[in-house]
Amino acid sequence: MHIVVCIKQVPDSAQIRIHPVTNTIMRQGVPAIINPFDLFSLEEALRLKDKVGARVTVLTMGPPMAETSLRKALSLGADDAVLLTDRKFAGSDTLATSYALTSAIQKLAEEEPVDIVFCGKQTVDGDTAQVGPGIATRLGFEQLTYITRIEDLNIASKEIVVQRRSEGGVQVLKTRLPCMITMLEGTNTIRFGKMDDLFRAARYDLKTWSRDFTGAEETRVGLKGSPTVVSKVFVPKPRAEKAKMIVADADTPDAQAAAAIDAIFGAQPKLADDLLARAAAGL
Amino acid sequence: MSEPSKPQGRKFQLPEHLKVYQNVWVIVEQERGIVHSVSLELLGEARKLADKLGVEVGAVVLGAESPDLNRICGDAISYGADIVYKVTDPALADYRTDPYCRVMTEVVNTHKPEIVLLGATTLGRDLAGAIATTLATGLTADCTELDIYADNRSLAATRPTFGGTLLCTIQTLAYRPQMATVRPRVMAMPERDDARSGRVVEIKPDLREEDIVTKVLNFIADREQNEAQLAFADIIVSAGKGLGKVENMKLVFDLAKVLGGEVGVTRPLVQAGWATNDRQVGQTGKTVRPKLYIAAGISGAIQHRVGMEKSDLILAINTDPNATIFDFAHLGLVGDALKILPALTDAFGRRLSVNRMAG
Repeated sequence: MHIVVCIKQVPDSAQIRIHPVTNTIMRQGVPAIINPFDLFSLEEALRLKDKVGARVTVLTMGPPMAETSLRKALSLGADDAVLLTDRKFAGSDTLATSYALTSAIQKLAEEEPVDIVFCGKQTVDGDTAQVGPGIATRLGFEQLTYITRIEDLNIASKEIVVQRRSEGGVQVLKTRLPCMITMLEGTNTIRFGKMDDLFRAARYDLKTWSRDFTGAEETRVGLKGSPTVVSKVFVPKPRAEKAKMIVADADTPDAQAAAAIDAIFGAQPKLADDLLARAAAGL
Repeated sequence: MSEPSKPQGRKFQLPEHLKVYQNVWVIVEQERGIVHSVSLELLGEARKLADKLGVEVGAVVLGAESPDLNRICGDAISYGADIVYKVTDPALADYRTDPYCRVMTEVVNTHKPEIVLLGATTLGRDLAGAIATTLATGLTADCTELDIYADNRSLAATRPTFGGTLLCTIQTLAYRPQMATVRPRVMAMPERDDARSGRVVEIKPDLREEDIVTKVLNFIADREQNEAQLAFADIIVSAGKGLGKVENMKLVFDLAKVLGGEVGVTRPLVQAGWATNDRQVGQTGKTVRPKLYIAAGISGAIQHRVGMEKSDLILAINTDPNATIFDFAHLGLVGDALKILPALTDAFGRRLSVNRMAG
């Protein structure tokens, strides 16, 4: 069985600082990590490998420095790693990104057919949750998002039973490989790597693939291949009026609390009525 | 991977062949006869966009034929739709990506809407990502504001970016439809108007169950809702890092209890393990619009702000008079939340119990 896990290298803290004068993003000095949502999918892939035996290939698209995340994934137990990197990919939106990643997965499938693609539920920097479904749709794989548990996987019949989180409940789905899975957060805990995997990861000869190599069409990647454009980036405007500051008679918590309640009920008389009615009803 | 670029989008003119795409659609989310509130919120938003464009609002309702489905079609009209595309097939009874994606792709290609909106729920995000790919068009996730650029009639979809530190406006250029998802409670619920009229277009897709690989074996409904019910709470008392240590969380729970409200928290508190993520308010948590939102020890990062700024009344308590939260709270109180929270609990308790005795 061949499992491909798509990961993304993201800035460690989502709280990237903004330059106070120029309002631009200051990325310098922000350490990079594997997107935390991807780790739940990586762990699930490694568990399947432990249980039924599989080759796990990690794949990322990004700048050359994304190599760090691939080596980290190798140290946790992934067998192979592919870095899809090309200046032509810069500026890709989710449609172009899923196209580029699909071209690499198809290339991997030439070596050994791919049975399962795992993706993170979403990234912490983009938050779109669109790339996984994009890949599934392009590959024609069954799409299994927000999975909380893999109940059963039968290699012989290629059948898989999973639990999927939906609004108001959990769907139990039975389907056939090949499929694309995104795991819900908190469903497992990423393992610690073994010492020999750590050494192997450090020495591993990373596969670095370009757009030419995977055969992705130039017009379908990067800015050219992206239907969406960011037309404006801005810091949200403060409300026209700032908060009305509450001034208490005395500098004590009790006086401040009393003044705050007066201000609340003054601004929202209806709220006071609601609360009093509810209290009177003994709720 | 989109990088900030020049505001070139506004000058963009739509090619002639894409001008046949018209109307603003909402894909109405229903599961087992219950319509998701986000779909009704989106119908209100679609109405505003359609009025700006001078076009109609379409609602797509998918499912197996049932009285519930007919009721939902009527609801869609009452909440703002002019046309309801009622798509029925036994294979659409439960949500599954493949049949829903195939059917939606065909319906969009036939009727050509210029804008398609979905709720950013597990269903909406799953489906939107798939059909944006089959339609090869642009999709913007988790929008907090939707508008129309008058000069070229294009959708301006604004969403938080870079972990919620900035906002960006995204446009879809020479591709149609323009797609966007919006999270529940971000848009206001429109007024229901039963006097509105609209027409229902029945669509019977040609689906065969044997062609669909994925089968739904079971549905386990969430029985007891142990999760915090933040999204629809009238009063929320929220805590931030300013509370200092996890033991102080008791102070916000005490106040919330007296007020009959819920407790919310900021992302750092969830990351620190002080609260479960069902209590997180913000871009990566829940969006809320209570009647009263008390923010204790919260600095006001945009990540948090986008989840609560539409509350009717926001009271912020912070020791730092320059905290960002005072820029968008309605009422501000400079002081130590650790002392003011118990004082508020006492004072609210007294006022409400006095009234009970009087009543």
